[in-house]
Amino acid sequence: MSEWWTYSLSSFLLFAPRTYYRLFELYNQDIWPVQVIALALGAAVVVLLYRRAVWRGRAIAAILAAGWLWTAWAFLIDRYATINWAATYMAAGFAAQGLLLLWQGVIGNRLVPQPISHVVARAGLAMFLVALVVQPLVGMVFGRSWTQAEVFGVAPDPTAVATLGLLLTAQRPSWTLMILPLLWCAVTGATLSTMGAADAFVAPLLALAAIVLALINRRMPQSLPAREP
Amino acid sequence: MPSRIRLARRGLVCGLAASGAFVLLRPSGAPAQPRGILTRPVPSSGETLPLVGLGSWITFNVGNDPVARDSCAEVMRQFFADGGRLIDSSPMYASSQPVIGYGLHKLGMPPAVFAADKVWTSGASRGPAQIQESRELWGVPRFDLLQVHNLLSWQEHLPTLFAMKDAGRLRYVGITTSDGRRHGEVERIMRSQKIDFVQVTYNVLDRAVEHRILPLAQERGIAVIVNRPFREGALIRSVKRHRLPDWAGEVGAANWAQLLLKFIVSHPAVTCAIPATSRVDHVQENMGAAYGRLPDESLRRRIVAHVEGL
Repeated sequence: MSEWWTYSLSSFLLFAPRTYYRLFELYNQDIWPVQVIALALGAAVVVLLYRRAVWRGRAIAAILAAGWLWTAWAFLIDRYATINWAATYMAAGFAAQGLLLLWQGVIGNRLVPQPISHVVARAGLAMFLVALVVQPLVGMVFGRSWTQAEVFGVAPDPTAVATLGLLLTAQRPSWTLMILPLLWCAVTGATLSTMGAADAFVAPLLALAAIVLALINRRMPQSLPAREP
Repeated sequence: MPSRIRLARRGLVCGLAASGAFVLLRPSGAPAQPRGILTRPVPSSGETLPLVGLGSWITFNVGNDPVARDSCAEVMRQFFADGGRLIDSSPMYASSQPVIGYGLHKLGMPPAVFAADKVWTSGASRGPAQIQESRELWGVPRFDLLQVHNLLSWQEHLPTLFAMKDAGRLRYVGITTSDGRRHGEVERIMRSQKIDFVQVTYNVLDRAVEHRILPLAQERGIAVIVNRPFREGALIRSVKRHRLPDWAGEVGAANWAQLLLKFIVSHPAVTCAIPATSRVDHVQENMGAAYGRLPDESLRRRIVAHVEGL
């Protein structure tokens, strides 16, 4: 296609909204009860944020990495790619993010949380809780079934937003780790907007908030030493 | 269901019961068509096609959802029952091809099907493999029509398609574009290549092809498939807010879908319009446009003026 400017976003939407949401419904049926495990791991992350254990940063990164890698394979490649050939490329991005989290967070220990008393960390925690608790319910607010809920760790949108939130809680937020979650928030916002979804604004708005908070965080003094062993 | 379709279906049943000899004698690839259905010949062969076909963009891309796949198969069942033949798809449409294949298999591979697909890949080397993969997804022994999707690498793909046609592995060759893109290049190909079909966007609001493409198709003996007759549903959603004009009955249009489709297929250059739907009631409405009268020139102008004025 040599005339990209003549195409609108709708030219790239290959499926109907009901097909998209039905995909989540069938996916949730197929993977049950993995969602419960994912939510339990999400709750464990909240606990870890308040613990002083030296390994907590690595554990949080490992949980996030598992969510990105699971979503890449089980959702994007195995399901979403059946209705959207671009999902293969998206899956590559999700796998890359999972590996980056393993590299920087688990091996490099660069996701050590700062005290939650820090204003940006508090905002990051709030964003994580939105992804964990609110995002799965958003569909119901707009009339969709709970069976189509998008859950942290197994669905892309809450996984991306949760990652942005947790990166904000880190003593030294990594811009490298923010790129793909931000990109995904833009992609999903465009997709949902083209579908006419009323909640299309949610992920892009949270992504914008994450950028602002990350910039604020850069200007604020850190509460703790930059790194733990 | 329009009464003319019921009559046509009776005609089909009677015809099938009593015309074994005809079936034996009819030319390959030209199944018996329901009585009363409006058809137009493919200029390069004389084979006739019903004026309304079935698109698969978005509507048939339902992935592996078993319920949705069965719904699509029911749409196809109704389409064939109402006399439809041409189904159009593309490798670009994600799961639409395997869903069509599922439907054809479920319906016992209806002999009426006119399988129209596309090649959509950069460069010539991937073309044959993609065509083979598409054919396997459809589950057909060969395609009736293969088109170069959106002119992508047409210089490389057309020789492949012409070679397939010469070898008897393909019946017709075509090109496609949509939403008014690259009409100049489409014209050049229509003038320089021996294509059988051209697929373009045409509807009551998007009429750019009336100026050059459609007259050129008539002049060069090229069949025309019309995509996006309802602007992906936006047009019909828009007009449905208004009452169907009383004069729509003059051409037997019982609903907006039929009026909009009859406008398209009443252009003498148009061979077939391919509305896409995932609903049985909508395919019934659409197929109703291929029965009864068609608007003449003055009524066509009236349709345009009316819709533009809404």
